[in-house]
Amino acid sequence: MTTHSSPMVRGNIAGLADLRGSIVERFGTQVSQFRADGNFILTLSLTELNALPALSRFFFWEHSCLFGGIIAEEHPRNWQIHYTFLLLGAGWINVELSMPLEATILPSIVAEVHAADWHEREVEDLFGIHFENHPRLGDFVLHDQIWREGIDPMRKSFAARRPQLERKVDLEWQPLLIVGDPGSFAMPIGPVYEGGIGESLHFLLETVGEDVIRAAPRLFYNYRAVEKIAEGRSILDALLLAERFAATSAFAHSFAFCLAAERIAGVDVPPRAVALRVLLAELERLRHHAGAIAAICESTALAVSAAQASIIEEQLLRASCAFADHRYLFGLNTPGGLNRDFTSEQCETLLLAVDKAEKDLRVLEKRLRFSSSFLDRLEDVGVVTRENARDLNLVGPIGRASAQSCDLRKACPYSGYGRHGFEVPYETEGDGYARLRVLFAEAVQSTRLIHQAIDKLEEGPVRVSCEVSRPGFALGWAEAPRGAALHWLRVDEKGMVERYRAITPSFNNWLGFHVAAEDFAFQDFPIILATFGLSGTECDR
Amino acid sequence: MSFWFWHGLRKGIQTTRYPRRMEVALGVSPGRPINTRFATPEEAQLAAEICPTDAIVAHGKSTFVNHGKCVHCQLCLRSLRSPMDWETGYEWTHLPANQRESFPLPTAFSKSMHIMVVDAGDCGACLHEVKQLNNPLYNMHRLGFFMTATPRSADLLLVVGPVSESMRGPLLKTWEAMPTSRKVIAVGSCAISGGVFGKSFMCAGGVGSVLPVDFEVPGNPPPPLAILHGLLVVAGRKSVKIPEPISEGRP
Ligand code: SF4
Repeated sequence: MTTHSSPMVRGNIAGLADLRGSIVERFGTQVSQFRADGNFILTLSLTELNALPALSRFFFWEHSCLFGGIIAEEHPRNWQIHYTFLLLGAGWINVELSMPLEATILPSIVAEVHAADWHEREVEDLFGIHFENHPRLGDFVLHDQIWREGIDPMRKSFAARRPQLERKVDLEWQPLLIVGDPGSFAMPIGPVYEGGIGESLHFLLETVGEDVIRAAPRLFYNYRAVEKIAEGRSILDALLLAERFAATSAFAHSFAFCLAAERIAGVDVPPRAVALRVLLAELERLRHHAGAIAAICESTALAVSAAQASIIEEQLLRASCAFADHRYLFGLNTPGGLNRDFTSEQCETLLLAVDKAEKDLRVLEKRLRFSSSFLDRLEDVGVVTRENARDLNLVGPIGRASAQSCDLRKACPYSGYGRHGFEVPYETEGDGYARLRVLFAEAVQSTRLIHQAIDKLEEGPVRVSCEVSRPGFALGWAEAPRGAALHWLRVDEKGMVERYRAITPSFNNWLGFHVAAEDFAFQDFPIILATFGLSGTECDR
Repeated sequence: MSFWFWHGLRKGIQTTRYPRRMEVALGVSPGRPINTRFATPEEAQLAAEICPTDAIVAHGKSTFVNHGKCVHCQLCLRSLRSPMDWETGYEWTHLPANQRESFPLPTAFSKSMHIMVVDAGDCGACLHEVKQLNNPLYNMHRLGFFMTATPRSADLLLVVGPVSESMRGPLLKTWEAMPTSRKVIAVGSCAISGGVFGKSFMCAGGVGSVLPVDFEVPGNPPPPLAILHGLLVVAGRKSVKIPEPISEGRP
């Protein structure tokens, strides 16, 4: 097990002033207006659109930034597009550009930053902005067999609450296949899962027989347009959506959303709530990881271990429910703190359950390490190399199993994580077994954090009033169980949501799934899927 | 590798006794708000106003809860000076609104029922709770309930999620492929009323607007035992509670 305790800063990052200096030197007048606004340490306005790919390359490759995502906003007279990057250990950088509404063409940055692929496809599909030189646009969020081209639901003129009547199913529609060998065919899986209970995901396994050459996920069956229907609602109503679009990481997403709202209001959360939020977020991570481990055991058909892991998970669900009155921790976060307080007896009871879960997980891990048939099925399966993981900007446990040790709790601490002592475990092999080990190691760290949070609990209120009555925007971030989650929020002068954007770890990581699912034996597919442990609904929103 | 065998044996039986006995372990159910009588009409009004999904209707001093709309935000428990009453059970299965009766499957199926699960745009919670039924703590196999991979051999269609537009087609196809003795059960507030997502260009706002539904299990998400109760109702081994009607004209 390799661990380190300081944020790993890849490349040589000098101070922010030096960074500005080198941007000016390289890009001259193509960028203007250096400022720090919202919660970005640096915001640049781009004056020359064509500089975008080079600038992205500059941040992503030369300064080893994490690519946050693209946020498109439609204002009454212009487009405003934000490209966000995280300078590890320092903070978020926002490259923004603005163009008139009639202009709908942007240079694509995919050739420089592969991780931007799906972000650009989504913007194209939902806003109708075209990206020049993008290799593949169309059919993404809105499936082409049901939606005709030219519908851009995220445009302000599109009425979200009206059912779409002109929709009809195109029976002629064919997916794009890549493997062209004689005798090759595509085997569809999903969206109604053949294996019993699964999320609505759809895969096309392109195969020439036994071996699958390529597996392409087709997602967004669960797209409920959360970002669209949040518009025009109050912050509290939008919070309900942020919390409920992906329930297995509900707390992390409501956490990031509330952080954004609090930053707009300029409110500081009381210390007790800060510590309790860490506790609850880690409880969620622990439970999520127990569930992910159970899924991996199940995919290898090692029944007893799967049963034991799922018992641990259910016990944690019950402990969460006994502690916070909800098995998935709904209804706790609110802008300004938490909706309720906890007594020290409640915390003690929770600690007992958490310690028991940790002990059981350790026993399970030890036994699994000695189960050779289990290891055989995980080792060297679904390998993501370190280079691919960096290239595709993989986050969370999947990234960390391929030596991408970025963790927002360390790389850009929020809500008091900087004060806690914990490690970010990572592995280098990038195979299924490495991902399993990362899950186990992270569960141990989460228990550590829960202990620390309870130890550091101060007396005091858990909530301050958080009225948002001025226009503004902010980015909230949190390390969700599956990786970095970003919530962008812009509100108008009445405090209503003008634009809400959730960039989720599943969205980021599904992009890398095809790397792991290449040239594999058919029976390994469920294992690769389980070790990735991604959520469709978290990606789809 | 034989240690797994002994390990499993040593753990003993941990499965719940439900339905023979009620399960009383802590945390099996988050409970839910119930119809409440307040001291003053104003308090009842406040409760109705705080609910973000209009699940609470106030009438005089009383409030009535439409559980199919409740998204379990707990505001009516935590943010009111006089909170709503809260029940702790889980036998919540009810009939769809405007439906007087639904029939369970014929008795021949009551000891062996095959269930087809479709995720029609849910947030993962309901689906996850359905998955927990395979957990040894609930182990629905002992009751003769099985998840099946094909609609052709399924007796019951279990739908979670508000029915996203992209899943409407697959859901209908699944339903059509089932034998016509099929039953449909909608699990979770989203599947019943659309929940927080409601009706939109991408969301049908509940299974009922796409398919005929026989039974509904409210909750956001309903805990595994509530879903198990729903399955027992479909199999004819438990009966639905006839809920108190939520009518505006109630005294
Ligand atoms: S818990 Fe929330 S949604 Fe349910 S009745 Fe109470 S206020 Fe309404």
